[in-house]
Amino acid sequence: MSVVSEAVPINNISREDYLSAFRWMLLARLLDEKMANLYRAGKIFGGVYLGRGQEAVSVAVGMALRKGDVFAPLIRDGAGRLAFGEPILDAIRTCMGSPLGPMRGRDGNVHRGHPREGLLPMLSHLGSMISVVNGILMARRYKGNDGTVGATCLGEGGTSTGAFHEAMNQAAVEKLPLVMLVVDNQYAYSTPTSRQFACASLVDRAIGYGIEGHSLDGTKLDACLGTLQRAVDNARSGKGPQLIVAKLLRLCGHGEHDDASYIDPKLKESPLGCDCMKLAETNILQQQWADETAIASWRTEAVQKIEEAVSIVQREAAPDGYKENWQALASKHLGEVYPEA
Amino acid sequence: MNSITYLEAIREAQAKALKDDPRVYIYGQDVGAFGGAFKATKNLANEFPGRVIDAPISEDAIIGSAIGAAIEGMRPIIEMQFADFSTVGFNQIVNHAAAYFWRTNVPLPIVVRLPSGGTTGSGPFHSQSMEAIYAHYPGLIVMTPATVEDAYSMLIEAVAIDDPVIFCEHKYLYYHLKADKLPSEALPTGKARIARPGRDLTIVTYSAMVHEALAVAEELKTEGYEIEVVDLRSIKPIDTDTVIASVARTGRLLCVGEAWPWGGVTAEVIARVATEAFDLLDAPPQRLNAKDTPIPYHPNLWSVHRPTSRSISDAARKLLQT
Ligand SMILES: Cc1ncc(C[n+]2csc(CCOP(=O)(O)OP(=O)(O)O)c2C)c(N)n1
Repeated sequence: MSVVSEAVPINNISREDYLSAFRWMLLARLLDEKMANLYRAGKIFGGVYLGRGQEAVSVAVGMALRKGDVFAPLIRDGAGRLAFGEPILDAIRTCMGSPLGPMRGRDGNVHRGHPREGLLPMLSHLGSMISVVNGILMARRYKGNDGTVGATCLGEGGTSTGAFHEAMNQAAVEKLPLVMLVVDNQYAYSTPTSRQFACASLVDRAIGYGIEGHSLDGTKLDACLGTLQRAVDNARSGKGPQLIVAKLLRLCGHGEHDDASYIDPKLKESPLGCDCMKLAETNILQQQWADETAIASWRTEAVQKIEEAVSIVQREAAPDGYKENWQALASKHLGEVYPEA
Repeated sequence: MNSITYLEAIREAQAKALKDDPRVYIYGQDVGAFGGAFKATKNLANEFPGRVIDAPISEDAIIGSAIGAAIEGMRPIIEMQFADFSTVGFNQIVNHAAAYFWRTNVPLPIVVRLPSGGTTGSGPFHSQSMEAIYAHYPGLIVMTPATVEDAYSMLIEAVAIDDPVIFCEHKYLYYHLKADKLPSEALPTGKARIARPGRDLTIVTYSAMVHEALAVAEELKTEGYEIEVVDLRSIKPIDTDTVIASVARTGRLLCVGEAWPWGGVTAEVIARVATEAFDLLDAPPQRLNAKDTPIPYHPNLWSVHRPTSRSISDAARKLLQT
């Protein structure tokens, strides 16, 4: 494909960074595929949402952040989560509802994290994570801890919420080190962008908020790594909120239940429809940063890791509703008591 | 002496919370230099620089940021300008804050102050009582103080609680209710208060309606009835034991609430008494709420829309005679 050979430039991205990004992407892609298989085998209770095609931009957020930063990933951020430090076991345990996972069977699939360690478990309600990141950043500033950045992700559909607008404006007013990555993957479930917004590009919204905006081609790993690093550096150095809009095409259904038959075939054939994984792999080979054998061995290694983790989780006991502590409050003494009928 | 109002008690409680705990801050519309729409944060921005912060008109982001700050170890006090506008932050309150501890094991100590209830001429969107809606969601504590003392001590307790607290302060009581001084001790949250003892009928109520009920008890005393008034203080948790103990004494139960009738606090109290203490009732339990319409603007309409001492005394008499 001609588009692939165009993707040669590696704008100032080091071999080391490029390859480690690629390996996280590979792990994320293979983990997604394993989840999809488990879903089809009926081993997962709820839905499964993949990040196929979004690994490059997602991994770029995870890699641009450092320990101590805050990350609120969304549904298609498997790669970013891994790069930020989320163990594979967290993903598998949460999808399979293991009580040993971070959500203990109480919440599932992509709704997972460790809030106190800066990895926020998402709420389904799109747009609602941004102001939570804002609050963490406001609190850190109050406590005199100014060096950290907060990043969060959202699809282009999520930008139509009031929550998105409120939070972006709040971040701008407070001049917070917030990095907002919007991944415009052309569809929000089945809704095309033409039914979602009427501006030429979502990045123009940055002007309205009085903040810095960046747009990029989300299929190109080098562009993703470069832009996200710049945005995170800007935020860290006091330049206020950064809005990044990455364009690409969702290369899967909304979830694994969705065959995505509504996706315009012309988009699939356009540059937007390129697979960031394939482009990155081609680049690696062209740059002679690694050969096919090395890539194949990374793949085998990743599959092994995933299989091992899945077999661990499959041996774990399921949660027991009769032994569950049905108490939603931290203040146990203030819990309501309902007599059993 | 009557030197401190319900509103001043709320201000004093916040001043104390800010003074005692550096993790406390206040965030809300116009709460800074202006001191809040009702002046519940008067001078606090001056006294506690950088800790009483004006927010944009963004209820969702206000609550969302409080969640983030609480994760980070802060103890935010959020002022909604009016309870009615909390609907715009509803998602963050009920889905995010309320569910957080259950989902993640991380407690979120957030106080959301809701200036609640009707006042003359306030109409459909500045008069609402939203306690039942919040109480419906697991993971929230809902306080409804009726006295100056409780406004003070419960707000202080709210800030100390490790869960999100919806603090429903009644706007009608802001200036109308006065006390000699601030209390030095208080009942704990979750304990109802016998606001007036009696033996013929129990009126269970909370917030501003406690005062209507007390007026009714006084009025019916002249007719020879002794009415017991139970002030719930917090509607979640609800103190069923105190309610049932009162019904055990009187055998008759009338529940009064300023909120709408469908579901809600009065329905909850009756459901509990009926399921747990049916045998104690000498007559079917009754309840009185606002009418099932939006809250009207004109005083002639408003005074009929919500329960008042007049409608409560009618209901009480009827129940006493069955
Ligand atoms: C506030 C809200 N409304 C509706 C939904 C249901 N929903 C879940 S994902 C989705 C589409 C999201 O599209 P987009 O934000 O573009 O992200 P993408 O799935 O394309 O990554 C919808 C409508 C939701 N999660 N939150």
